[in-house]
Amino acid sequence: MNDIKIVAFLCNWCTYTAADLAGTSRLKYEPEVRIIRLMCSSRIDPVFILKALMDGADGVLVGGCAPGDCHYSKGNYYARRKVAVAKTIAESMGINTERIRLSWIPASEGPLFAEVVNEFTEKIKELGDNPTKNEVYL
Amino acid sequence: MKESIPKIGVYVCHCGSNISGKVNVSEVVEYATGLPNVESAQEYKFMCSDPGQQLIISDVKEKGLNRVVVASCSPRMHEKTFRLATQTAGLNPYYFQMACIREHDSWVTENPEKATLKAKDLVRGAVARVAHHEPLTPRVVDINPNVLVIGGGIAGMQAALDIADAGKKVFLVEREPTIGGNMSKFDKTFPTLDCAACISTPKLVAVGQHKNIELMTYSELIDLKGFVGNFTATIKKKARYVDASKCTGCGICSEKCPSKKILSEFDHQLTYRTAIYTPFPQAVPNTRVIDKEHCLYFKKGKCKACEKFCEADAIDFNQKDEIIDVEIGSVIIATGFKTFDPTPLTQYGFGRFKEVYTSIQFERVNNATGPTSGEITTKDGRKPESVAIIHCVGSRDQNHNKYCSRVCCMYSMKFAHLVKEKTGAEVYEFYIDIRSPGKGYEEFYNRLQEEGTHFIRGKVSEVTDIVDDPSDQGKLTVVAEDTLARKVRRIPVDMVVLSVGLEPSEGMQDIARMVGFSLDSDGWINELHPKLGPLATASDGIFIAGCCQGPKDIPDTVAQAQGAAGSALSLISREKLAIEATVSVINPNRCMGCLQCENVCVYGAISYNPALNVCEVNEALCKGCGNCASTCPNKAITVKHFNNDEIMWEMEGILSN
Repeated sequence: MNDIKIVAFLCNWCTYTAADLAGTSRLKYEPEVRIIRLMCSSRIDPVFILKALMDGADGVLVGGCAPGDCHYSKGNYYARRKVAVAKTIAESMGINTERIRLSWIPASEGPLFAEVVNEFTEKIKELGDNPTKNEVYL
Repeated sequence: MKESIPKIGVYVCHCGSNISGKVNVSEVVEYATGLPNVESAQEYKFMCSDPGQQLIISDVKEKGLNRVVVASCSPRMHEKTFRLATQTAGLNPYYFQMACIREHDSWVTENPEKATLKAKDLVRGAVARVAHHEPLTPRVVDINPNVLVIGGGIAGMQAALDIADAGKKVFLVEREPTIGGNMSKFDKTFPTLDCAACISTPKLVAVGQHKNIELMTYSELIDLKGFVGNFTATIKKKARYVDASKCTGCGICSEKCPSKKILSEFDHQLTYRTAIYTPFPQAVPNTRVIDKEHCLYFKKGKCKACEKFCEADAIDFNQKDEIIDVEIGSVIIATGFKTFDPTPLTQYGFGRFKEVYTSIQFERVNNATGPTSGEITTKDGRKPESVAIIHCVGSRDQNHNKYCSRVCCMYSMKFAHLVKEKTGAEVYEFYIDIRSPGKGYEEFYNRLQEEGTHFIRGKVSEVTDIVDDPSDQGKLTVVAEDTLARKVRRIPVDMVVLSVGLEPSEGMQDIARMVGFSLDSDGWINELHPKLGPLATASDGIFIAGCCQGPKDIPDTVAQAQGAAGSALSLISREKLAIEATVSVINPNRCMGCLQCENVCVYGAISYNPALNVCEVNEALCKGCGNCASTCPNKAITVKHFNNDEIMWEMEGILSN
């Protein structure tokens, strides 16, 4: 099995900040995750998730603010819908939907971020290489 | 104009050894050199330093670079710095992208090889993204000059006064019925022994009377929305059931109130208060509050004694909680601390023996407005012959708080002095280490030694009512190992003071979530930078003052409050603020007027133009979240700086290995 790769789309205000906090707190977590910053988790387009899975990612993590605390009022709820859409499409493409995860991690929760990454990495390792990543669909 | 052929300069920062200690920087640089469109790649010890920035500036000019990538810390830390450098070099500031290889890589990765691999991936992503960046112009918005201060202790009061004196409007929100905070409970302050009330009550009055301060006591922040320069704070003013405009503070209501056996929060359970009360006589505002939980009328539907006797007709049982919105441009958090509850440390007998006090209770015992009017006596009225003071209760303790609370050594010695002065009793200080860094602090320690205070170096193992000598019956025995004399000491005393540590105030998690700052593992607020940004948070426009950031004494608290006020004033006096250029744009040629974007926009920034059957964005209202862009079924919406191309290229850059 090759090294796995996880792409994490994180909202600037909460989960990205939590990832920064995990860093400043020197928490050690699994090294496979690659973070892409979005201003809000609602910016996530189902296409980003599916494209990532087709282009070589073994898992996609979307991180947003905790319910009720979205910096943009309710962007995180829209993110939930968009992730749900991505999961539905992924399923029809034969991609295991467990490769897609949405987590709500507040800015103050560095340890939670590390925990989510570790847990998700473990899950992806368990699922193994993403079989769809080398197949051409379009 | 977008530069057609990207010529990218990549700079990888060592950050001293913060990055280079884990990531093989030279390898990353060599790798970056081979990436598409990369003209040059270099490494430097500290990219954020002036020579580091100069490197970018001179390279742009000499090598003709038109895009810049810096791989270093989080963009939340230095994106602004490098954008400015890019701009100084003559490029559009948005022709810059940052790869975070410190917070997201070197600091969190165990294996150096994996860390280097991750750094390469992140640099590749940034290089791929920056090639597709568009030149943008930051938007300029007005800054609302009003400031919100949360917490009315000495930090909040000082910050509010400084800002108000500068002619700016301050909203000061305090959840207790009065301002004053913890400092108003103290008697004397170390090491000068000046009276806390004498120096703090004038501040209370000044805050209460200042025309630029709108004081909201018995109120809580329940929401904060918006951005630096323009926030809306939602505040709940809890019902006092007393009309503040009519109440004269005469106190007849409290005299007549039949519910008299309610433990006083202000006196930390040492005395009783009535259901209609004011925490202490010098409270500001001096408007009483009805404690709904204990009021007979609210409990049983009858009584109204206060209403009958109130000559000013100020009692209003129908008052309701009020929710108000205030518009502000910046916020100062000054929520202070609470003291550690020593009940779990059962060996010290707090709650079991009536002569065991916490330090904050002992402050009240010492205070002229306290339960004993400042006399130090036991609960049965005797003058103590000996008093034990136990340091580090709940602090420097693996089972409770690991940190040192910083103030306990000094206030414990202050107690020793006051006990000696007022009663002549023998005082035993049980300490781990005496920590007295501060102006005049070490001298105070020396003075105490000269006064004959017994300093015993050792942690107390037990406080017991079992006495060794029958003549000591009724006293408490403090058992500790004297680590200097190398023997166990059993000392009979009349009173025991537990020098409890400081903890973050109740409800900090909620405020942190609402306002958007982070807390450390102990619950104190994380400052922007531990050395160079101690007054700010990672959220622009949110400043911090006092113990909410960590335990500190009064001079440090006041200094930080004045600093935070200065930071807020510096922000306000700019009047205009350049904010991110990230707004949505709708391409009218692709828009089919389906209104889905309008539907998801919480800011009302999108409107429908029926003449053209398209939606349009009002840039002034758009906050750039990008929700509309990913909702649009026709992909007619682009978010500047976060458009589909940029995100997709970054992602593909990361994944193309």
